[in-house]
Amino acid sequence: MTTLEVRGLSINYLTDDGVALNAVEGLTFSLEQGRSLGLVGESGCGKTTVMLSLMRLLPEAGRIVNGQVFFEGRDLLQISEGEMQAVRWKDVSMVFQGAMNALNPVRTVESQIIEAMQLHNVVNSKQDARKRAGGLLELVGITANRGKQYPHQFSGGMRQRAVIAMALACNPRILVADEPTTALDVMIQAQIIELLEELQRELNLSLVLVTHDLGVVAEMCDDVLVMYGGTVAEYASSDTIFNNPGHPYTQRLLKAFPDIAEPGSDLASIPGNPPRLDSLPPGCRFEPRCHVGNGEPICLEALPPLVEIEPGHYVACHLVKGK
Amino acid sequence: MEKIPILRIEDLYKQFPVTRKFIDRIKRSPKQVVHAVDGVSFTVAQGEILALVGESGSGKTTVGMNVLGLQVPTKGRILFDGHDVSDWATGRLRSGKNGDGLGRLSRRKQILSLRRRAQMVFQDPYESLNPRQTIWEIVVEPLEIHNLGLRANEKEARVRAALEDCGLAPADHFWSRYPDELSGGQRQRVVVAGALVLEPELLVADEPVSMLDVSIRADILTLLQSLRKARDITIIYTTHDLATAGYFTDRMAVMYLGRVVELGPTVEVLKEPRHPYTQALVSVAPVPNPRKRRQRVILQGEVPNPIDIPSGCRFHPRCPIATDECKKTDPPYVEISAEHEAACLKI
Repeated sequence: MTTLEVRGLSINYLTDDGVALNAVEGLTFSLEQGRSLGLVGESGCGKTTVMLSLMRLLPEAGRIVNGQVFFEGRDLLQISEGEMQAVRWKDVSMVFQGAMNALNPVRTVESQIIEAMQLHNVVNSKQDARKRAGGLLELVGITANRGKQYPHQFSGGMRQRAVIAMALACNPRILVADEPTTALDVMIQAQIIELLEELQRELNLSLVLVTHDLGVVAEMCDDVLVMYGGTVAEYASSDTIFNNPGHPYTQRLLKAFPDIAEPGSDLASIPGNPPRLDSLPPGCRFEPRCHVGNGEPICLEALPPLVEIEPGHYVACHLVKGK
Repeated sequence: MEKIPILRIEDLYKQFPVTRKFIDRIKRSPKQVVHAVDGVSFTVAQGEILALVGESGSGKTTVGMNVLGLQVPTKGRILFDGHDVSDWATGRLRSGKNGDGLGRLSRRKQILSLRRRAQMVFQDPYESLNPRQTIWEIVVEPLEIHNLGLRANEKEARVRAALEDCGLAPADHFWSRYPDELSGGQRQRVVVAGALVLEPELLVADEPVSMLDVSIRADILTLLQSLRKARDITIIYTTHDLATAGYFTDRMAVMYLGRVVELGPTVEVLKEPRHPYTQALVSVAPVPNPRKRRQRVILQGEVPNPIDIPSGCRFHPRCPIATDECKKTDPPYVEISAEHEAACLKI
C-alpha cells in the first residue's frame, strides 16, 4: 500500500525584495508502507526543503506553489492547520538535522518524550506516559531509568537515540530522518543505522532518509531519489542507482564517492558548483557541469521531464533514451 | 622504498589534567588526568601521505597538535628532520641538549624556521577564514609573520604560486575577493594555499574535507595528492573516514584510546585488517553499493573514557574475541609483514 505519494511538488522562496526563487521543481515520488527511500543530493539541492514541506513546516518565506502530498490518500496540502497538527508526529514524524543538539538542556530526557505524547493525547495518565517513555528508550537501546537524566549526561550517540525515541513516541507510520548519522562517529553511525533498520522491520515503519552520504543510502534504502538543483535527476531502486545509473549527475556523483571496498581506486570530482537559486540555468540545471551533453540546444532551453526509461527507473535527462 | 624519515615520533604521551571539584580538593582525592595520547611511536618518510584514523577521543588530533608544536608533549620525543622539536610549543631553550650549542636567540630563530616548515590545514573552511580579510591578505599573512625579508614582487610570486598550485588560477582573479564570494571548495583551497605559502615540508591536514560536499571532497583530496608530487610535501591526514583515507594515502595508522593499534600500507590495512578494532571499523564503513553489503561487526557502547584506560589491552572491554589474558597483558606490536604491524594478542 502506498503510504506517501508526492506529485509535482514545487516550492519557491520569496526574498525580501519579493523575488521568488525556485527551490524545488516538479518533485514526484511515492513510498510504500514499510519501505525506505533515500533522498540524496548536495547541499542546497532542496532535500531539506522537501522534507519540511511534507510536514508543512517550511519557514515563512517558503511557498508551496504546486503539487500534492498524499498521505494514505489524503492531500496534506489541502487540510487545515488544525488537522495537520494531528497528522504531524502521530502519522509522520521527523528526526531533524542536528536534532541531538536540539534537546532542551534543562529538562530530563523522559519529560521531553512525554511532552510529545501528551500533546497528541496518545496517553491517558502520567503513569502510562512514563511507562511508555521507558519502553521507547529501551526500544532504542537506552536503559529506561536513564530517562530521568538530563541531555548533557548523555553522549552524542545516546542523544541521537533519544531523539529517535521521541520521534517514535506517537507510533508514526512514516519517519523522516534528515542526516541522522552525519555528525556521529563511524561506530556510533553503524549502531544508529542498525537501530533504524531494526525499528523499520519491527514497527513496519516507512522511512525517508535525507542525506548526502551515498554509503548510508546504499546500506539502508530500498529506493533512491537523486536530487539536483531542486529537481529530480533520477529515481529508481537502490540497486539500479548504484549499479546502472542513467543520469549523468548520478554517474558523476558515484565516481566522486570513495568506496572502502576498493581502496586506491580513482576518484573524480564534478567540475563546477551546484547552481545557485538566484541564477538557475534556463534549461537542464545540470547542463553547465554535464560531461555527456555538449551544449545541445535542447539541454540549454528546456528542463528535462522525468521519463521512465525502464520499469521503475526514472531519469530526467534529454540525452538518455528509454530501452 | 627506503626513504629518510622526515618525522619520527618516539613514545609520545600527552595528558591533560582534569579540573577537580572543590570538594575533591578538600578530600584530597587523587588528581585525574585524561590520557589523550598514550605511548605513540611512528615515523613518516619524506614525501609520504600518512592517514591517522580513529573515532573522536582516539587522540589523532592531539598527535597532530603536538607535531606542530601547538601543544607540549607530556613525555616522549618528536624529531622533525632530525631536530628535537618536542618543546617548540613553548619556544623554550634546550640549548646544548642537541649538541648544537646555539644561544637563546638563535635557538628561537631555529624554532621559528622549523615551524615554517610544518603547517596545518584546518577542518572548517567556513570558520577558519577571516571574513574581513581578502584572499590576498589571508594568504600573505604567514609571510608577514615569519618576516622572511622578501621583496614585494617575491611575495607576490609566492602568493601566486600557492594559489595557483591550489587550483585558484589565475591568482589575480581571486586575491582581491573576500571569502564569502567563494564556494566551500574554493575556500578550502584558500586554506591550503595559506599553509603552502611558506613552502613547508610537512602538512598536517585535520579532517580537511569533512565539512565539504561529496562532489567537492575528491577535488581537495586530489589537490593534496598532487601537492605531494609537485612539491614533495609530506602529509599527515587525520580523519575518521576510512573511505577517503583509502583513496589517497600510502600508509594508515589506526588509533584507539591514545594508542596506535594497527599500522601498515593503506590498501593492505583496509583489505586485510588484522586488529579486531580495525576489522570492526572496516566492516561498518558504509559501502556505496547495495550488492556489496557486508556483515557488520558492531561494537557495543562507545570509546571508554580516556581518564580510566582499561587494564591490559585497552580494547578488551569491547573486543569480540577478547579472553582473560587480554585483561592482564598490554599487547606488544606483532609484525604481520615488513611494514604492517598490529597490537593484539590474538594475531
